Amino acid sequence: MKLRKVTAASAAALVLALTATACGGGGDKDTKGSGSGDGKTITVGIKFDQPGIGQKTPQGYSGFDVDVAKYIAKQLGYKEDQIEWKESKSADRETMLERGDVDFIAASYSINDKRLAKVDFAGPYLLAHQDVLVRADDDSIKSPADLNSKKLCSVTGSTSAQNVQDTLAPKAQLQEYPTYSACLSGLQNKAIDALTTDDSILAGYAAQDAFKGKFKLGGFKMTNENYGIGVKKGSDLKAKINTALEKMVADGSWQKAVDANLGPAGYKNEPAPKIGDIKS
Amino acid sequence: MRRSSGRHTPGPRHAEAREIVFDFLEGYDLLGAFWVTVQLTLLSAVGSLVWGTMLAAMRVSPVPLMRGFGTAYVNIVRNIPLTVIILFTSLGLSQTLGVTMGAADNFDTQNFRLAVLGLILYTSAFVCEALRSGINTVPVGQAEAARAIGLSFTQVLTLVVLPQAIRSVVGPMANVLIALTKNTTVAAAIGVTEAALLMKKMIENEAQLILISAVFAFGYVCLTLPTGLIMGWVGKKVAVKR
Repeated sequence: MKLRKVTAASAAALVLALTATACGGGGDKDTKGSGSGDGKTITVGIKFDQPGIGQKTPQGYSGFDVDVAKYIAKQLGYKEDQIEWKESKSADRETMLERGDVDFIAASYSINDKRLAKVDFAGPYLLAHQDVLVRADDDSIKSPADLNSKKLCSVTGSTSAQNVQDTLAPKAQLQEYPTYSACLSGLQNKAIDALTTDDSILAGYAAQDAFKGKFKLGGFKMTNENYGIGVKKGSDLKAKINTALEKMVADGSWQKAVDANLGPAGYKNEPAPKIGDIKS
Repeated sequence: MRRSSGRHTPGPRHAEAREIVFDFLEGYDLLGAFWVTVQLTLLSAVGSLVWGTMLAAMRVSPVPLMRGFGTAYVNIVRNIPLTVIILFTSLGLSQTLGVTMGAADNFDTQNFRLAVLGLILYTSAFVCEALRSGINTVPVGQAEAARAIGLSFTQVLTLVVLPQAIRSVVGPMANVLIALTKNTTVAAAIGVTEAALLMKKMIENEAQLILISAVFAFGYVCLTLPTGLIMGWVGKKVAVKR
């Protein structure tokens, strides 16, 4: 009797293990894609978790960076199904380019000196500014100076969080969370007064269906963030991508992409930056 | 705007190279961050030793209700990921339920205390189980003898069983303490300014993933290696010879 129980239990465990691995296998296949099958593909690094910028959804990939990357890939001679998307988290971006894991990166990647020392940037293709997102009914923050008496939230260790502590509002209470979504829940139940980071990212969150009408942008241009396309140091892709970006602005696709992805939150974009024009 | 502008002055090639290699450490309070890590570790260690001992006492107590509570607590808490517990203390306890831990207007102090609370709740489950294994090493005859001369349950536990049990689990406790030291990195998830948070900051600014990670890994080894050695030595010293 006892033996039979043990057999039954181990059989159940085996079945469970088999189904679990079957699921895992399927998932793996999905993310890797059919890389080597039919000749040429291009690998693009994007964010997977930033609505409006670069997001992976069950329907596919969406966001401004995704649209820009698709346009560039088209100009480089790749069809949409030849693009292989990879997640490039902020901390991994330089390493991924140096190792050649991706051909280029479009992932809210702002150009700065430290990064320029390791990788090359095409563009910039968007000029963003650090801004705040507040509750739609909160009128107490009229200028960046008001932030000093407020509770702010941003992502752990991010440039935006450091700007707040060092220069923008050193007296403000700053809560750091691993994701913007965690900040949003605090913002909603009034434990936090404002979420701060690049206005393009904020606009993407505010434009999400779940949050429409609940939050608004402060409209303060506190810093300049020049988003560029990261490529491997010395890569000949840089010139080609620059040409593609110029064309994208000229034929109106750039403005269309901005409006489609960031428009719903009342985000007023800067005019498309000229190639190589990095505002400090 | 960026910190980096104009820091490098052109000079001889090797001097410049040396400066670039160690450049990323400049301007960061590494020791301060690790000091916060040490504080988190020590406070949580003391707290979880106390609460863990109480849990262990519950698990061996003659009262079914307390035994049930102890068992349930340990089995639930040690199976929840620590990140979830720590995030819950901040998002759930503090932001939704309004628990301020006596520091309503200071996020830094509040987050630190919340992190200590979360670490205690989590680590005490492991302390409890380590202690309980120690209690099992004390021969049953001793507890029976103590009962026979008229000691109460509390007296049996505190005078006879626990002193021997604790001495036999110094080794396993070292494991728990080392794990705790490294678990404090999770506190960065709610913005406690300890070593892991500084590491994230530096990686964001300096674009030097591998070097920075290596420096911080070394920092943690400096904390945990002596812990293991000292606890091992103490364990040998106080071991009950049977």
